[in-house]
Amino acid sequence: AYKRFSELLPKEERENACSVRVPKSQILKLPELRANPFQHRICHVFSTSDNGDDSMSFEDFLDMLSVFSDSAILEVKSHYAFRIFDFDDDGILDRKDLEKLVNCLTGQGEDSQLSNAEMEQLIQNILEESDIDKDGTINLSEFQLVVSRSPDFA
Amino acid sequence: EHPWSIAEKRRIRDCQQADIKYLSGWKQWKRTSSKSLKKVLSEVKELSSYLELWRHDIHSIEGKFGTGIQSYFSFLRFLVLLTFVIFILMFSFLTLPSIIAKYGIFNSSFAESPPKNTELHCTVYTPSGNQGLVYFYTYLKDLLSGTGFLEMTSLFYGYYTIDAAWFSILRYNLPLAYLLATFAYLALSLLWIIKRSVEGFKQNLVHHEDQFQSYCNKVFAGWDFCITDPNAARLKHRSLQYELQTDLEEERLKRKIADRTMKEKLRIYSLRIFINIIVIAVLSGCFYSIYRATVFSQENSNDVGNKNFQANLFVQYLPSVVITLANFIAPQIFSFLITFEDYSPAFEIRLTLMRCVFVRLANIGVLLFSLWSQISHCTTDKCKACGYNYELYPCWESEVGREMYKLMIFDFIIILAVTLFVDFPRKLLVTHCSCKPVQWCGLQEFGISDNVLEIIYGQTICWIGTFFSPLLPAIATIKYFIIFYIKKISLIHTRKPAARPIRASSSNFFFLVVLLIGLVLAFVPLGISIAHIPSSKACGPFRSFNTSWAVVPATVLGFPTGLQQVLHAIASEAFAVPFFMVICLIMVYLIALAGAHKRVVEQLREQLALESRDKLFLIRKITEAQR
Repeated sequence: AYKRFSELLPKEERENACSVRVPKSQILKLPELRANPFQHRICHVFSTSDNGDDSMSFEDFLDMLSVFSDSAILEVKSHYAFRIFDFDDDGILDRKDLEKLVNCLTGQGEDSQLSNAEMEQLIQNILEESDIDKDGTINLSEFQLVVSRSPDFA
Repeated sequence: EHPWSIAEKRRIRDCQQADIKYLSGWKQWKRTSSKSLKKVLSEVKELSSYLELWRHDIHSIEGKFGTGIQSYFSFLRFLVLLTFVIFILMFSFLTLPSIIAKYGIFNSSFAESPPKNTELHCTVYTPSGNQGLVYFYTYLKDLLSGTGFLEMTSLFYGYYTIDAAWFSILRYNLPLAYLLATFAYLALSLLWIIKRSVEGFKQNLVHHEDQFQSYCNKVFAGWDFCITDPNAARLKHRSLQYELQTDLEEERLKRKIADRTMKEKLRIYSLRIFINIIVIAVLSGCFYSIYRATVFSQENSNDVGNKNFQANLFVQYLPSVVITLANFIAPQIFSFLITFEDYSPAFEIRLTLMRCVFVRLANIGVLLFSLWSQISHCTTDKCKACGYNYELYPCWESEVGREMYKLMIFDFIIILAVTLFVDFPRKLLVTHCSCKPVQWCGLQEFGISDNVLEIIYGQTICWIGTFFSPLLPAIATIKYFIIFYIKKISLIHTRKPAARPIRASSSNFFFLVVLLIGLVLAFVPLGISIAHIPSSKACGPFRSFNTSWAVVPATVLGFPTGLQQVLHAIASEAFAVPFFMVICLIMVYLIALAGAHKRVVEQLREQLALESRDKLFLIRKITEAQR
């Protein structure tokens, strides 16, 4: 893992790889993240930088790898997945978050997004399935419950 | 484990280290030893994952094509391992002792006593080996059809004509070993498949009950994080969009169906009945043609005559050709017919798949049935004394083994031929020729269900054939090994990924269920051959017994009387009927328990909804009070 991380840095800074932060543009060049529609959210969630530029240090990189590995337990994965899906960082998944999530999944082009009516129907169905306390949003425990019953999540 | 970042974990670990000083020596030792044990276990797990066969290949396929197609290749890997283990079992218990005894190594010898109480004419068996100078192509023909020089090798049942083998002083009961090895490999396959499908079954059971969770599943768990290729990502986006749109449309369709009038319902049901009748007619046509082809092939391959090489080979392979044609044509007809039946898309797919499975597996059954009708066809009295047609089939088990061998070889040749002569030219045509009809045809998708049915068909043949031809699993293992590489190359170079994605979790369970159906279907012919049809008196380990099963009662009679009485008691009705009733009671109890749990879950759900309403009410009251 250290090798992969140091490859992302320019040559001069390789010796101090432990303490340097890698800017976001470099991280996005990783093959695993390149094709991922959630790449920006992932960088944002795992980055601990103070100035909000979403750069990652070696520790953040290790965090990210450990959460995505096969041996992480479901609770850890679902906790981070919830944070990744929460586009406005308010701690719950409301309709706007769900809309952005579906648009990320279906692709970025104009013709690959669902029509408004379909989006409404879809979000209605999702909330019906997972919103237990019927408050119109999905909080962390509801999300974890839904995900624990989903066989494909891991 | 907890979802904290590394910095926090480091802080907690430092706190724990500081606390250690206050613990007693015993607790300290326990803590350090449990930590090192965990480390050792995880290292061992990592090392053992390197031993997995084809780990890197399957991982790269997963990255490029998604988890649906990867599940097919994992299934193939599982079958390779299963057939290899079956081969080791049969080899070490049957072939190895026979070879050692026949060649007299290690001071061994064998006893081949002629059968008592049978007519002499039943025991005459002269395998028509090749004598004198023969043309080279005779060897090729023998290799492809299992006759000639292959007939008396350990490949077929006829080689094991040993009643008992002696290794120094130990007596090895080969007939009993043969029967027990057969039961062992069937039981092993059954247990292994059930173990693998248990996880899938649990998920499916939960899935079925929570059918309304399909949308959440697709949206939250829909993205395949293993994809590394931008092209594959684009395809995944499109497939997700397609899947969501299909689901929404299916829901609209369901609402439409619920609003159907009585007249429309009547029309659709009568149409469905009519189409099912057509399906049954198609199936009967297939079965009848297989029956006729088998009868024709058996009659004409038995007069050795001066037929030329190709015609003779074609006649030998006629049943296999007819079965492959039927397996190819019938699914096309079914998928055409089902468009008229107006089912929901998901149900359409499942029904077509079930019909194709039935066609493939029933074809093998019809082949075996027609073989048996030939073998037991007895007109003369001499023939009736033997119990089977001794003139044409002095060693009928080898004959059945030969048919299974031919089926397997032909299946393998067809897979090779289709890849070489259909897929690669198609890819060349599509890339170099840009005329409209060719481009509209395009590349073929990797049809997962078709490929899976193909290998399950091959595996059913292997299971049935292993009793008659103990080295068949070795051929099956090599065949699957080569097929893995052929399919992988064909996938990477000549296929476009499927537009409709298949979920990995439900596919795994579906493959294993169909494999289980194939295994259960393999029990039937084996049961009939072992217990019902008289074993041939001219060859094989069961010469001195009426049927192959008779060796078990004979052995039981040799046990001490106490054990005999116990075994008789277990097999009698006085034990079986109460046992069956107890099992029924347990099942009824478990079903009632599951129903009660479901009701409790429903009540808890309602309670949660009420709690949130209370919460909202209280929040409103607080905001009012604050004003």
